[in-house]
Amino acid sequence: MSFRFPSNEWIVELSRLLNESPSYESSAKDWEGDFVFVVEPDDGFAETAYLYLGLRHGKSTGGALLAAPDERPTEYRISAPFGVWRKVIEGELDPIQGMMMRKLKLDGNLMKIMRYPKAAKEIVSCCADVPTMWPGN
Amino acid sequence: MWTFVSPKIVFGEDALDELLSVPIRRALIVTDRTIRELGLIEPIADRLGKIGATWEVFDGVRPDPDVPTVLAGADAARSFEPDWILGIGGGSPLDAAKAIWVLYERPDLQPGEINPFIDLGLRKRARLITVPTTSGTGADVTWAIVLTDPVEKRKMGLGNRENVADIALVDPSMAAGMPPRLTADTGLDALTHAIEGFICTWHTDMTDGLCVHAAGEILQYLLRAVEDGSDLEARTRMHHAATVAGLGFGNAMASIAHAMGHALGSTFEIPHGRAVALALPYTLEFAARETSDRAAVLAARLAISAKPGEAGTRALAAAVRGLISNVGNPGSIAEAGISREAFDGALDKLVSDAENDTQMITAPRSPSSEELRALFTTAYDGNAVSF
Repeated sequence: MSFRFPSNEWIVELSRLLNESPSYESSAKDWEGDFVFVVEPDDGFAETAYLYLGLRHGKSTGGALLAAPDERPTEYRISAPFGVWRKVIEGELDPIQGMMMRKLKLDGNLMKIMRYPKAAKEIVSCCADVPTMWPGN
Repeated sequence: MWTFVSPKIVFGEDALDELLSVPIRRALIVTDRTIRELGLIEPIADRLGKIGATWEVFDGVRPDPDVPTVLAGADAARSFEPDWILGIGGGSPLDAAKAIWVLYERPDLQPGEINPFIDLGLRKRARLITVPTTSGTGADVTWAIVLTDPVEKRKMGLGNRENVADIALVDPSMAAGMPPRLTADTGLDALTHAIEGFICTWHTDMTDGLCVHAAGEILQYLLRAVEDGSDLEARTRMHHAATVAGLGFGNAMASIAHAMGHALGSTFEIPHGRAVALALPYTLEFAARETSDRAAVLAARLAISAKPGEAGTRALAAAVRGLISNVGNPGSIAEAGISREAFDGALDKLVSDAENDTQMITAPRSPSSEELRALFTTAYDGNAVSF
């Protein structure tokens, strides 16, 4: 089964995979802070989508497609065009390199997030594990 | 898309004379007391005098600089209002100079906020010159800033590509007086930069050649420089190789040995170069067990071994261990003088610090917590990695 990106089903599946990951659990065991991933329109996707991912103490508290970015209060927001997200999910772009090149924009407390590089890597790894179906395919 | 950043590099004998053509009015020299006592400020001050520049010295940098140190340096800068900051020394003064420069230009930032994801907008109030006095850190040409959190005894990897120096003056005479132990520690640091810059996941076409060249030079010349400090050819080759390695890994990244070395250094106060080099052979073997052939490729390019995969990697690890042994450095954590009791008591912290070190992001094989624990234990005992 594949999950269309971006969608409620896709982010719920990511949340589920994170909860099955012992590596994520151990590396983020004292993490507190939810995310909104903002998928901006480009040639491959005409809309703006807001994917919420709750993260607390090594577990995901849930995922959801939001109607607006502030529908739920979050500590972090990462924004990028759809094509950039696709490269991240397909493993073609390291998101940290992407942030350094300003392809992804991170809003939130960087000092805190930079103390959890392994947890960030595990989230990206789980993203790649979500069987993904892309718009137009 | 990726980028390569570098200062203008003036290198070789009399490189300091470049100062005579830089339009400096007020220079803040950032250094440590040892450098000052060794008289290494004088050749800089002489040249600043010749061009009519005013200068002040902030020599409050200690090994493994911490946040209060760079805040004090930034206060000194704001008080003196330099148009150039000159970092003179090993990695600690150079990293401190970068942080002080950023905080001088951006008083709205805290040191921990200096990160690669923001635009700093530097060079409005001052520019930066770096002058390395050791042959190892590469901090003269990298944008990385390593500061120590004195409360948690943990090193913080900071920095932004904008805070790379404008000019690096790589004059071998500034490092000619290094004692053998410092020569060994810093040279092995440079070797670790070269090797990890080549094997890390962020290596590129722009950095590979630099890393290969530097590794080859260090394997050839470090022992000579340690055994005979008056060997000027060896000194010069090592001084240049350290900067070349800095360009290589500074535009790629380091890897697990640096993550483990940072943890060992901050926990047991093992000098940085000694700690990262100690960890290096174990991490090479670990990576080769599963995912990475990069170390074997490097071994082939250095004419150490033509064998692919794990065999080539083990040959490179053996060459590194041989150099470590020949220069009289510890090849295990036990040999570094850490008791079993102290090691066991710190193991949880070592694992936690290493796995949350930014250098772990680019590991060719990411260790689990259990594997990292086993790596530390194997490195304590000095055994080959078999997992």
